[in-house]
Amino acid sequence: MNLPDAEQLLTALTAQLKPTVNTNTALLGIHTGGVWLAERLHTNLQLSIPIGAMDVAFYRDDYHQRGLQGNTRSSHIPFAVDGANVIIVDDVLYTGRTIRAAMNELFDHGRPTSVQLAVLVDRGGRELPIRADYCAHTTSLPASQMLALERSDNGHLSLRVLEK
Amino acid sequence: MSNTLSFTRNPQLNHQGELQHLLSIEGLPREIIERILDTAAPFTLVAEREVKKVPLLRGKSVFNLFFENSTRTRTTFEIAAKRLSADVINLNINTSSAAKGETLLDTVDNLAAMQADMFVVRHAASGAPYLIAQHLAASGRKHIHVVNAGDGRHAHPTQGLLDMYTIRHYKKDFSQLTVAIVGDILHSRVARSQIHGLTTLGVPEVRVIAPRTLLPTGVERMGVRVFTDMQEGLRGADVVMMLRLQNERMQGALLPSSQEYFKSYGLTPEKLALAKPDAIVMHPGPMNRGVEIDSSVADGSQAVILPQVSFGIAVRMAVMAMLGGGSQ
Repeated sequence: MNLPDAEQLLTALTAQLKPTVNTNTALLGIHTGGVWLAERLHTNLQLSIPIGAMDVAFYRDDYHQRGLQGNTRSSHIPFAVDGANVIIVDDVLYTGRTIRAAMNELFDHGRPTSVQLAVLVDRGGRELPIRADYCAHTTSLPASQMLALERSDNGHLSLRVLEK
Repeated sequence: MSNTLSFTRNPQLNHQGELQHLLSIEGLPREIIERILDTAAPFTLVAEREVKKVPLLRGKSVFNLFFENSTRTRTTFEIAAKRLSADVINLNINTSSAAKGETLLDTVDNLAAMQADMFVVRHAASGAPYLIAQHLAASGRKHIHVVNAGDGRHAHPTQGLLDMYTIRHYKKDFSQLTVAIVGDILHSRVARSQIHGLTTLGVPEVRVIAPRTLLPTGVERMGVRVFTDMQEGLRGADVVMMLRLQNERMQGALLPSSQEYFKSYGLTPEKLALAKPDAIVMHPGPMNRGVEIDSSVADGSQAVILPQVSFGIAVRMAVMAMLGGGSQ
């Protein structure tokens, strides 16, 4: 399969977001790829509210099957969630379970005015009624494959397919 | 059965090498200790949120089994479990079944029949939490986890872990540190857990400072340097860990008097000045001011005694979160 160029997708995502963002827009990146994207979007869109970063491990629905996986990073939301217009940013939208977990955690920080979702790629395979408001690329991948965003030392973003 | 085999090797770890019970720092691989400390870090931030709770242990029952009194440890375990959304049941066994003659394992069986998911155990007898873990494993109840909240003179692993977390928080790295543990080493399960934690994490110099009568025989074999002169022992220390003088455990005339003890082994500003200027002062609480620590040191800028308490909740949350999840 021919993978699209992540940098071009980021440019497209920036263009999609541009008409709707304003000084009240707060980006919330999901670790790790979502945080990289949120950082870049924050610069591209010249937003003023600092970005938030979230690790949804404490809200995942597979904890009772799998326990805590890997190293959990700290969720850090430097803006007041009450009344904020939040855009959750993630690299790949798949089952929708990560986004559900993120929304649950977000509401434990306060009551946002609105929540939207921006992703680089929607790879299909949804298991929950969740869709992206902004999405740069849509594709369909078999469950045996994982789509991952990678970042080089100089900050260049790229996509990679991994066999499970 | 391989399960029985792995139990005799290390009852704390399951087949996959993950934490099954927390009974002692001794025997825990360094990676597990580091994983607990890493996992505790994001939990420290949960306390600062509007909703100080995460849903990990929702629907789980945690039984605090305290066969020995302890307000602070029981409370911090209770807060930790509640912040993980568990249901917490506190049992002071002193005043209940044990007084009526029920055996330890009968108590455990009864609570297990009430669908307990985790036991937090404090007991005056060393090894009691091991006995419970062994009993649960032998009867095929591997889904029930045991956390040792202090057993006799043996171990107090969550205290040791929160101390390691505190040191890492302030000093970042263990590999260059000189750590002095001062006081009643003989009766202290905290000291044993601290020593195992520090040596496992690679602290090059662990010192114990105490009068001969409060040092266990053969303490040197634990990999520590022994000092009976406090001034000498504190010189150049990065971390000073004070211990409580355990009056209730003192048998016979181990010490002349608490005033006499303070003169030789109490931490005063003058003695602390011998340690490094940026040395931190720790104490597991409850403190005896004027016995092992001077008030001006306990309330001074180098003391990190209250942060220890806050970190203790996060560390206990991390331990319970690591135990409570599935591992299929």
